[in-house]
Amino acid sequence: MLAKRIIPCLDVRDGRVVKGVNFVNIRDAGDPVDNAIFYDEQGADELVFLDITASHEKRKIILDVVEKTATDVFMPLTVGGGIKGLDDIRDLLNAGCDKVSINTTAVNNPEFIKAAAERFGSQCIVVAIDAKRVHDSRFEIDQKREIPAWLNSSTELNQRLFIFNPSEKAWEVYTHGGRRPKGINAVEWAKYMEELGAGEILLTSMDRDGTKEGFDLELTRAISESVSIPVIASGGVGNLEHLYEGISIGKADAVLAASIFHYREYTVRQAKEYLKNKGLPVRL
Amino acid sequence: MIAIVDYGMGNIRSVEKGFLKVGADAMVTSNPKVISDAKAIVLPGVGAFKDCMKNLDDLKLLDTVVREIQKGKPYLGICLGLQILFTESEEFGICKGLDVFKGRVVKFRFPDDSDLKIPHMGWNTVMLTPPPPIFDEIPDNSYFYFVHSFYVIPEDEEIIAGRTEYGLEFTSMVWKDNIFATQFHPEKSQELGLKILKGFGEFANKA
Repeated sequence: MLAKRIIPCLDVRDGRVVKGVNFVNIRDAGDPVDNAIFYDEQGADELVFLDITASHEKRKIILDVVEKTATDVFMPLTVGGGIKGLDDIRDLLNAGCDKVSINTTAVNNPEFIKAAAERFGSQCIVVAIDAKRVHDSRFEIDQKREIPAWLNSSTELNQRLFIFNPSEKAWEVYTHGGRRPKGINAVEWAKYMEELGAGEILLTSMDRDGTKEGFDLELTRAISESVSIPVIASGGVGNLEHLYEGISIGKADAVLAASIFHYREYTVRQAKEYLKNKGLPVRL
Repeated sequence: MIAIVDYGMGNIRSVEKGFLKVGADAMVTSNPKVISDAKAIVLPGVGAFKDCMKNLDDLKLLDTVVREIQKGKPYLGICLGLQILFTESEEFGICKGLDVFKGRVVKFRFPDDSDLKIPHMGWNTVMLTPPPPIFDEIPDNSYFYFVHSFYVIPEDEEIIAGRTEYGLEFTSMVWKDNIFATQFHPEKSQELGLKILKGFGEFANKA
């Protein structure tokens, strides 16, 4: 039976892990390769590197990180952050990465996902969706939206995607770490990304990210039930029950977490044992 | 030396790094001469069947690969490297394969109300039926990493070496004489995956 995946996420800036694992048996908490090996030994199912390098000149450093990681760690590796062109994807894949996660570039130009999937295959194109619940009453006043230019034309597709009349159960797509609302309905966006060739959705609730209150289960379920590609739930994990809920109630195919693993609140193995005891298929 | 065939698809660096990790002598190449001279051939790759066949054809590698396989050279196919061994794929109409084995490559199809996602992505178990020699150290029902939307249906059930359950039971590994091929990715399957690469390297050395 296909196992539900547990995926630790590492934030990498200028080639160094930010908030790295603080373990006595890890040589260098800031070294991405050491962190990757650490999670590999715990039985992580995949790894995600989120590249938060701000300066454009230093962007190539992540290639070196991927190259070194792929020398020692033999599991699927996804890199997200700062991917702007097909060349960026090619360089990452050539360095030894398996999938790339794309958010802003997809929002600015959805056709990029189509081009990327046609060139490299859907299986390596992950679309990252940062979504935030829309509250009807606040919708008009509290947002300075950055509506992408392509969304302004009034096609049937755009009317479907534009979040102009949110119901109570609507979520809006954001970019730039939850700072920029884009006027796009997250559920419709996920479906559209699948149509264009995305192979997987990495879904982060911006309402829950960093709160440790658990996933936005309604959002996770709404998207997971709307697409037929796998969905990775992210944002808000504070304990192991949250992981269980994301899969059982949220219907996620995989769960991603950062801080509960970094700050050694739990190991990946503990998380898997917990899920297994609850009757979920995991790889132990 | 093991030739890892580079035809411009997928992450083949990991396959090379995997062989290096287990101490096997392997190199990435798209040179027919190097492939002919090699002790063994590895054909990895993910993506579209049609593109795979076209790229191999453009690089003038189709004949080389088929000839070397038929001469008895050890071959390890991974993912697309398994699928193209068969007669044809139903991807984008019908696309011809290498026809080393009789059979078809078909897409997963599930009812609309099914929870099963396509692609089949993640870790799933392989039931060995029976285990090929390069699987000496691999327990039955071990987990391996998959990512694919199509699977093979061999006409000759004798070549089936492993099965996996995903909505139905499909062939996840074949083995006949010098030919091994897996639907899953040994190079992404941590320690057990590396053992398969090691096992293939040793098989190639003895061949």
